[in-house]
Amino acid sequence: MAKFDLNDDGLVVIVGSGAGGGTLGNELAQKGIKVVILEAGDRHEISDFINDEWTSFTQLAWKDMRTTSGTWRVAHDFPNLPAWIVKSVGGSTVHWAGASLRFEEHEFKIKSVYGDVPGASLLDWPITLAEMEPWYAKAEFKMGTTRTNGIPGLPGNNNFKVMEAGARKLGYKEVHTGRMSINSQPRDGRGSCLQIGFCFQGCKSGAKWSTLYTEIPKGEATGKLEVRPNSMAVRIEHDAAGKVNGVVYVDGEGKMQKQKARVVAVAGNSLESPRLLLNSHSSMFPDGLANSSGQVGRNYMRHMTGSVYAVFDRPVHMYRGTTMAGIILDEARHDPKRGFNGGYEMETLSLGLPFMVAFLNPGAWGRSFTTAIDGYSNMAGMWLVGEDMPQETNRVTLDPVVKDANGMPVASVHYDDHPNDIAMRNHAYQRGAAVYDAVGATRTFPTPPYPSTHNLGTNRMSEKPRDGVVNKYGQAHDIKNLFVSDGSQFTTSAACNPTLTIVTLAIRQADHIAGAMQRGEI
Amino acid sequence: MREVDRRSKIDRRNFLKTAAAVPPAAAVAATTGLSIDGAWAEAATALKPETMKTLARVARDIYPHDHLADHYYVAAVTPWDARAASDPKVKALIEDGIVRLDEDARAKHKLPYAAVAWEEQRVDLLRGIEHTEFFGKVRGDLIVSLYNNHDVWPKFGYEGSSAEHGGYITRGFDDIDWLSNG
Repeated sequence: MAKFDLNDDGLVVIVGSGAGGGTLGNELAQKGIKVVILEAGDRHEISDFINDEWTSFTQLAWKDMRTTSGTWRVAHDFPNLPAWIVKSVGGSTVHWAGASLRFEEHEFKIKSVYGDVPGASLLDWPITLAEMEPWYAKAEFKMGTTRTNGIPGLPGNNNFKVMEAGARKLGYKEVHTGRMSINSQPRDGRGSCLQIGFCFQGCKSGAKWSTLYTEIPKGEATGKLEVRPNSMAVRIEHDAAGKVNGVVYVDGEGKMQKQKARVVAVAGNSLESPRLLLNSHSSMFPDGLANSSGQVGRNYMRHMTGSVYAVFDRPVHMYRGTTMAGIILDEARHDPKRGFNGGYEMETLSLGLPFMVAFLNPGAWGRSFTTAIDGYSNMAGMWLVGEDMPQETNRVTLDPVVKDANGMPVASVHYDDHPNDIAMRNHAYQRGAAVYDAVGATRTFPTPPYPSTHNLGTNRMSEKPRDGVVNKYGQAHDIKNLFVSDGSQFTTSAACNPTLTIVTLAIRQADHIAGAMQRGEI
Repeated sequence: MREVDRRSKIDRRNFLKTAAAVPPAAAVAATTGLSIDGAWAEAATALKPETMKTLARVARDIYPHDHLADHYYVAAVTPWDARAASDPKVKALIEDGIVRLDEDARAKHKLPYAAVAWEEQRVDLLRGIEHTEFFGKVRGDLIVSLYNNHDVWPKFGYEGSSAEHGGYITRGFDDIDWLSNG
């Protein structure tokens, strides 16, 4: 395995090892480019994962202090846990459910399609679906996504069967067990899904794609990739010409180090990535790196989300098998006749008993709550995930007071639901409940959003430098050897789960970086 | 469909597992079938025995599950005694919270909280202190101390860890049998 010198200035240094950073690191290493990945968390392998929700949360979740404001309910229920993401090698690909959907064509150009939406900062992506399609195909092949490349769909579990039966009764047509990056048959040296459940706690069989045991070891095997766990990036530095030249980080022993770099790519998820750029302010860049537009941290999106759980008169045991076991796609279309722009997916979801009591209706107590929990084994559940409207005022800023263990200001996350988000959520709650009512639910629960798992848009991609932070390759408009490689580069959120698009952009970005390095542009 | 056996299994192995996972007092309470009114509360060192008993009653009134025996609630609140022993602020929070609740109960029913007969009447008293720090801390703690007790999981039909059993691929992940076709 490679071990690079701190003074080696020929490296690409990537901050973060998840869907964006882990994929980019492997892709570059495969092209012969030397890469160091700085990962804030520890390295937990498959054998370390724990089928226990709270214990696993303690092991994997990003629990460092963050602050919140805004009218979103998460700020009330979980004021210091705005996001439920991972601090561990593999990042949130350890935790993700596996849903791998492509954007629809219109979702790359919603400003053109939706027109002016008051209060929203819509913008078209500087890329089209046609341009992305060959890269999506590479990502699906890499990840072994079901229902692509001739890979069969996964079998449906009880939770899916309930949702599917209800969906059929309502006349929904596009209902299946999803496009999942979970092996339905052995592939790429990994076995097929054992229907363990606990997808959010790290896949114990390795059937679910995660950079932890796919991209990262493959990259390491080239001798060109070094992953440094327990390395928390605190600042990106630059030279007198304004090009970045290294990343300062705190290592596992609490010592400050600087890794020199030829290129820096930021992939710390949409809260930490803008925080790092903002914390890297200097006399040349007083508002933070790559921030001449003032857009770093703005347009934070977290998807319109919510869940519907339902209790039946007979057992379901929804927790058995894959957490996200299937999908209804019919409401994903853009159809303003429903009273909102954009669309949403309905995807099965289950929580174990410990998390169900924490998330069903945070703060609730008494018999209304406990009789719901008494029906746990007879419960089915779905997650609602749709496009949310970007708003300039929804943003990640540096907290003026609170600092982390290294003395750096923490991320403060402000989010207000847009009226479009609220209208969509109300529609989704009604349709979700209707699905279950159609098969005899005795009670349904419109469950509020969990801490955000899909954090997007805080370093958005734009054609014009004044509208965003990075160009169509994730390259900073202001600094040509600085890249953003995670979901924070999303111009808008689309309805679907973002990981496939993050991986796709990372593969495409690796090609661009390698070319630019070869041509001596960076 | 494969159902979950919800009966209590108090065998030696289960006892040892429980004893390793939770503080000793809670383990004893959880494995000996003590009720809220029993002598278990006399073992408290920092909090008054009456406080502990009322706290257990409050716990059940916050999250009432009629199929759960008292000892699960006793186990859930018992750790407050150790916390009170090591932190005077916690001790004051709990003791003062119970004093206030008893005062409210006496004002309305001429009885201490735990002696108020109907659950609805006690819940009404709890609504009156819902926004206090005392209530918030006690309720928030119960989310973990009551429901993350592995012994209560089967009571709700939850099976817990599955990887060591090979997942559910051959153990009923798709065994639902009551959905009509079409």
